[in-house]
Amino acid sequence: MKAIDLNFEIHQPFRLKRYRFFDIGNDHYYYDDFLNDDIVTRLVHESYIPAAESLLRMIEESKGAFRCSFNISGIAIEQFEIYAPEFIDLLKKLAATGCVEFTATPYASSLSSFFDPSDFRSQVKVQCDKLHTLLGVKPTVLRNTQLIYSDDLAPQILDMGFKGCITEGAKHILGWKSPNYVYSAASAPKLKLLLNNAKLADDIASRFSDTSWDAFPLTADKYIDWIASTPAEEQIVTICLNLEAFGAMQPASSGIFQFLEALPRFAADRGIEFWTPSMAVSKLKPVAELSVVHPISAADEARDTSAWLGNQLQREAAEKLYEAGERVRLAEDRRLKQDWWYLQAADHFYYMSTKHFGADGSAFSPYETPYQAFTNYMNVLSDFLVRVDEQFPSSVDNEELNALLTTIRNQEREIVTLTRERDSLSKSLEQYNIEHLLRQQPKDEPEAPASKPARKACRPKSAKK
Amino acid sequence: MFGWEFPPHILGGLGTASYGLTQGMWQCGDMDITFVIPKPYGDEDRSFANIIGASQVPVAWRDPSRDYVEQRIGRVMDPDLYYRLRDHIYADFNYMRTNDLGCIEFSGRYPDNLLEEINNYSIMAGVIARTIDFDIIHSHDWLTYPAGIHAKQVTGKPLVIHVHATDYDRSRGNVNPTVFNIERDGMINADHIITVSNLTRQTVIDKYGIDPAKVTTVHNAVVPLSQDLLDIEVEKPKDKIVTFLGRITMQKGPEYFVEAAARVLKNKPRGVRFVMAGSGDMLEQMIDLASRRGISDRFHFPGFQKGRQVYEMLKASDVYIMPSVSEPFGISPLEAMQMGVPSIISKQSGCAEILDHVIKTDYWDIDAMADAINSIISNPALYNTLREEGLAEVNSITWDKAGKKVIDIYNKVLNNR
Repeated sequence: MKAIDLNFEIHQPFRLKRYRFFDIGNDHYYYDDFLNDDIVTRLVHESYIPAAESLLRMIEESKGAFRCSFNISGIAIEQFEIYAPEFIDLLKKLAATGCVEFTATPYASSLSSFFDPSDFRSQVKVQCDKLHTLLGVKPTVLRNTQLIYSDDLAPQILDMGFKGCITEGAKHILGWKSPNYVYSAASAPKLKLLLNNAKLADDIASRFSDTSWDAFPLTADKYIDWIASTPAEEQIVTICLNLEAFGAMQPASSGIFQFLEALPRFAADRGIEFWTPSMAVSKLKPVAELSVVHPISAADEARDTSAWLGNQLQREAAEKLYEAGERVRLAEDRRLKQDWWYLQAADHFYYMSTKHFGADGSAFSPYETPYQAFTNYMNVLSDFLVRVDEQFPSSVDNEELNALLTTIRNQEREIVTLTRERDSLSKSLEQYNIEHLLRQQPKDEPEAPASKPARKACRPKSAKK
Repeated sequence: MFGWEFPPHILGGLGTASYGLTQGMWQCGDMDITFVIPKPYGDEDRSFANIIGASQVPVAWRDPSRDYVEQRIGRVMDPDLYYRLRDHIYADFNYMRTNDLGCIEFSGRYPDNLLEEINNYSIMAGVIARTIDFDIIHSHDWLTYPAGIHAKQVTGKPLVIHVHATDYDRSRGNVNPTVFNIERDGMINADHIITVSNLTRQTVIDKYGIDPAKVTTVHNAVVPLSQDLLDIEVEKPKDKIVTFLGRITMQKGPEYFVEAAARVLKNKPRGVRFVMAGSGDMLEQMIDLASRRGISDRFHFPGFQKGRQVYEMLKASDVYIMPSVSEPFGISPLEAMQMGVPSIISKQSGCAEILDHVIKTDYWDIDAMADAINSIISNPALYNTLREEGLAEVNSITWDKAGKKVIDIYNKVLNNR
């Protein structure tokens, strides 16, 4: 028995507007609303909505036998709320079928898992909360930004309460091993790993309409056949796709939607099921431990992090951004926190990659060159850091600041405790006075009005003044 | 080849490009190159081309003794060649101003009587064409087109012209009709036209009405700098230096640099200085503009720089900027990159077509330019990336690749006959 685990990614960053260095300190709004609206609306109508409708039909027609999972970043959801609320309704419908699972991911699709573990934790948490309020679901499997994973991350992911993690079936990690199994993390054996089958994913996402490909045209029959012909022990085929593959990367005219809708039928013929990641994680036992010393990801041929942090520009920008982390957390300003997350989207760093000169990768960038991307981002970041600095001057170092803030916060608590102490003391004083009076007064008048001694009790206080 | 300038005595980019290309073609092998220039000084590099000076080509019969010729021009020309050339004088040019050897004197510069000099150069070319055995004629820039046409008419050999610039670039559209006619005449008579960028190619096609099929782009390249120049030591000033190097003329867009500088200084009044080195008819206007913007204390005009001074200036710079309004190619940012200086160039320059690791802006977009300047001087990561990647990139742009393309064009032209 075999199962396919489909995971669809939906992510859109808040792209930055052209921000000149003279704007630093003057303009605190960084986003190109027009461009974001344009891109999101176009994608939603070209790809997300038709794809979601196809999936709904597939679930209905298969009477719930078809299952899949979605990985949506928080900032993408925010943009849908602004620009395309109709897609949110569809997501709700999908969630209501019970056949669609939602995986956890950092809210801003950020690289915080490398730089700022506590922010990573809070981004994932906020993301899960958002999914819960919006769709009433509770993710149990995590898929980090662009499938990034390494041994260092596993204990934290497990500690955050996730049973499984989806990552890339990178060839240089797997070697002769197959991605079509559940593995366990070497550094946290209780965490199960599902590995993306990159070949099968790329067959759909990048090769589907490539007429020079020897397997062209790709039919659902052929595709399921490939999966069915894998060795019988290989039980789970994880395929991570960007939802844009349907309708945008592969246009509707290529027949990609018909291909998608035909999958369940051919799978049923060959006895292949569709599982969600949490089903895979709970039903299957890991076959081996997998150790990933250097971080892996889904990007480029290299399947490492060089697409975001490969050159000096990217590293500088990321370091400057994450340096501010501690101060942003100390701050109370909500807009500051929001901007900090928006600026963390990994896409901003991807645009600065010099690996993609003239290649396909640069097609996703709203900038003409990586240098332009860097200049614009650094201008925005400078303004952002100015704002952080306004909250907490950089002349005070973090620890000192922390101490001061603790004092300020504790001050309140201290005031509360002191007030309480004073109250209880004055109460016991009252009590004492009453008792004192009672002892003086004759015993036949035990129920003397309490107000009288109370007034007396007050007297010495005012006398002190 | 007919050229006008040849290193080390050069006035602009034409000489450098002619030299580099000739050397690059020679490296590809199997080729004898004769390079004609108006006035050699004797210190030119003759290892890869036979250099003939137009000032030493007789057009009127004289009968000097061999010793006299040796003594007069032996430094720049073999006396045997003088006599061979003398045997091919094709008309009596005694009415012209000739010297004791029957030669016309050329200045080799751009004098006021330039048109007369161009004409004389073409007369002289008739003698050379009748003397030397060759397969193809290659004329560098409009000054030598008439000579090329003349040589073609005399011998029937194919003519390739090399467009290093057009009058449209020099004048921002207000062309000089005489120059235009010389240029167009050259283009029409040429069997093939080589342009230094697609930008120029488009100008040739659109403005001169030339058949696109006979226009090919061969981008310029750079000659590696000598270690001596790379090792130049200068005292680095405390402030960051942003440099403009070139003729201060309309074509180079100097006013946009001044305006961008004003924007940078408005937001960052300290720690950066601007230098506009060069001379030209807009120099005074620029000095005036800088003072009107109130930035004269941080905007400097050190005047025309030559030879080693250029490299010293580059070495001291943190940013090189070329905001040209229309630049057929523009070799200077490549030289800056060779010296490890990050460059900002206008999208309207030909070299933008082949460079990735520079910042490109529109020449009129002073905001973008100011932003780019600020970004390079305040972000070490950007500075270092542009510096290192730029160096690697510019070192891969070599003349032998350009030379190979030109040879391919020669073969095509020769086979089509």
